[in-house]
Amino acid sequence: MRAPRIFRTLAFRIVAVYLAVFALSAAAIVAFTYWSTARALNAQTDQIVDTDISGLAERYQRFGLAGLTDAIVNRSAHGGAALYLLSDSEHRPIVGNLDSWPNLSSAGGNLVEFDYERRVGSHSEQHRARGREFTLTGGFELLVARDIAERYETERLFSTTLPWTVLLMVLLGLIGGILISRNFLVRLDVINRTSREIMAGDLSRRLPLGQGGDEFDTLVANLNRMLERTEWLMRGMREVTDSIAHDLRTPLNRLRNRLEGILHSAGLQGAVRSEIEAAVEETDRLIGTFNALLLIAEAEAGVAREKIQPVDLRRIVEGVVELYAPLADEKDVSLTLLPSNTAILSCNPSLVSQALANLIDNAIKYTPSAGKVTISIADTPSGIALTVADSGPGIAPQDRPRVLERFVRLEASRHSPGTGLGLSLVAAVARLHDARLELGDNHPGLKATLLFSSGGKRPQPVAQLAPPRVAVRG
Amino acid sequence: MRILVVEDDLEAQRYLVNGLRESGHVVDDASDGEVGLTLALSRQYDVAIIDRMLPSLDGLKLVAQIREHGNTMPVLILSALSEIDDRVKGLKAGGDDYLTKPYAFAELLARIEALMRRRQPASVKTQLQVGDLELDLLTRTAKRNGSAIDLQPREFRLLEYLMRHAGQVVTRTMLLESVWEYHFDPQTNVIDVHISRLRAKIDKGFDAPLLHTVRGAGYMIRARA
Repeated sequence: MRAPRIFRTLAFRIVAVYLAVFALSAAAIVAFTYWSTARALNAQTDQIVDTDISGLAERYQRFGLAGLTDAIVNRSAHGGAALYLLSDSEHRPIVGNLDSWPNLSSAGGNLVEFDYERRVGSHSEQHRARGREFTLTGGFELLVARDIAERYETERLFSTTLPWTVLLMVLLGLIGGILISRNFLVRLDVINRTSREIMAGDLSRRLPLGQGGDEFDTLVANLNRMLERTEWLMRGMREVTDSIAHDLRTPLNRLRNRLEGILHSAGLQGAVRSEIEAAVEETDRLIGTFNALLLIAEAEAGVAREKIQPVDLRRIVEGVVELYAPLADEKDVSLTLLPSNTAILSCNPSLVSQALANLIDNAIKYTPSAGKVTISIADTPSGIALTVADSGPGIAPQDRPRVLERFVRLEASRHSPGTGLGLSLVAAVARLHDARLELGDNHPGLKATLLFSSGGKRPQPVAQLAPPRVAVRG
Repeated sequence: MRILVVEDDLEAQRYLVNGLRESGHVVDDASDGEVGLTLALSRQYDVAIIDRMLPSLDGLKLVAQIREHGNTMPVLILSALSEIDDRVKGLKAGGDDYLTKPYAFAELLARIEALMRRRQPASVKTQLQVGDLELDLLTRTAKRNGSAIDLQPREFRLLEYLMRHAGQVVTRTMLLESVWEYHFDPQTNVIDVHISRLRAKIDKGFDAPLLHTVRGAGYMIRARA
């Protein structure tokens, strides 16, 4: 199963990386704050303890052990955070506000930390304390410390809040990321969808420009400028073909008119008449070649792209097969359309019909009598494949790319009728539809396949003026 | 029949007008769109032949304006432009038929005669008859001299088209466009093969053939006069 689309977007990935860096640095900052706070609190405690000790030391120096004991009793009575305990060498308490000698753990230098039971009202709770320990003359032990429960509370607070803070941050970041990605996605979707529609058809359309003037709007403006240029080039191409068409068709029309005029005039003798008739036929061939070239040029320029519509390829094929069935019959060639399901294809039906007619026409032309021509439609994973296979002589692998070039006719077929443009037109129609024309071996015979990539359903990037995409199977 | 020809290529116009007059039609000609429009709106014509590209008023606009004035005369558009989307544009503008230059005069004549015929009040026929050949459009059956002829659906449509234009020349391109709805030129003349099969079904064994080949033009179905 793939992750939902939003998690695969670039915007989301950027947000996720940013979020991770942000969370890590935030955690580091919190940890540092915690560490330095703890240090400051310890230093403060140590300073207070040291002041206390220097007071007690003064007493001890001036009044001896009794003075010290008095001072401890005095100070213990105040309660608060200050802790004192004077004991003998056996750690038996003598005076102080600690009940027993605690288990000390070193906290660096001659500093110690320990846990003790502190009475709070009627019950007691365990507290942590920090201070210094001294051994006096006579084996007496003195412990001066301060309750650091407050610091512990702060520490606890830090350690319990930190994960929640980070979690909350990640959560908020995630939501933000999704929102930003969604916004990006919506705008990108509009651009993608519209540009696909434009490529598939109407080049005069433009992408919708936003109000903000942000990067997306710059992108849209650039794409629109590109579209303008493409449209301009296409219009130029169309104008060129139109004027070539007009400038050649007009004199050809006059030529044909004159020849027909002569043909219809009275008193034309046999030999002259047949010569004129031959000239008319020659003119018609010229017109046929010219029309085919023009059609190829138009198909290649993508002029016919506007007429692309979803149709059932099977119906197109049935129509053309039916048109050619009597011709095949007459040549004693069996023309078969293999059964298949409906295959919906976005195409220009007229051009696909014509391309298929050219393929079937060729197949019948080159298949000897008692041979067979088989047409099949297959919905393969790589797209819809339309195949015309014959049992004729086929085309040698090294000649296959050449036959798709304009006017190329192989030596073997040089004397049969045709313009030599049939397969070039098929190739041009294939390019118009982002399809591939593959020529293969039918053992024996030629197997011509038009492979329409899944673009019929899912629009593909269009390369209108791309070089011929012809694949040859060995 | 009265025909209006609007064509700016004077030489082509001359051949066209001469040819039509020789075929027994009355022809008015104009060499630009404005004159063509004036003629089309002031006189009665059975059909108009209008070139796609004209000075002063473009052929397509001319057709559109003729239609705007409620004139329904059949119009055939002649075009020297490339074909791919021109046909559709021509028909959308209000043309009834479309022919690309260069054309054979026989093709043009066959088409305008078919257009003029279409104009006559089309009674809703359920039966077509040519000589002793009968076509029932409801039951989709054909009979000649009382005995049934077995026809494939496409053969039926082919015969129907020929019989609707009985006595008129029907060209191969007209058949391909009307019966098969293809607007391209098959390399081999497949229509001839379809016609010869149809001919074998309707004329074989009968003394008087109905389906005739018109040399250099096309086919015609006609009972012996």
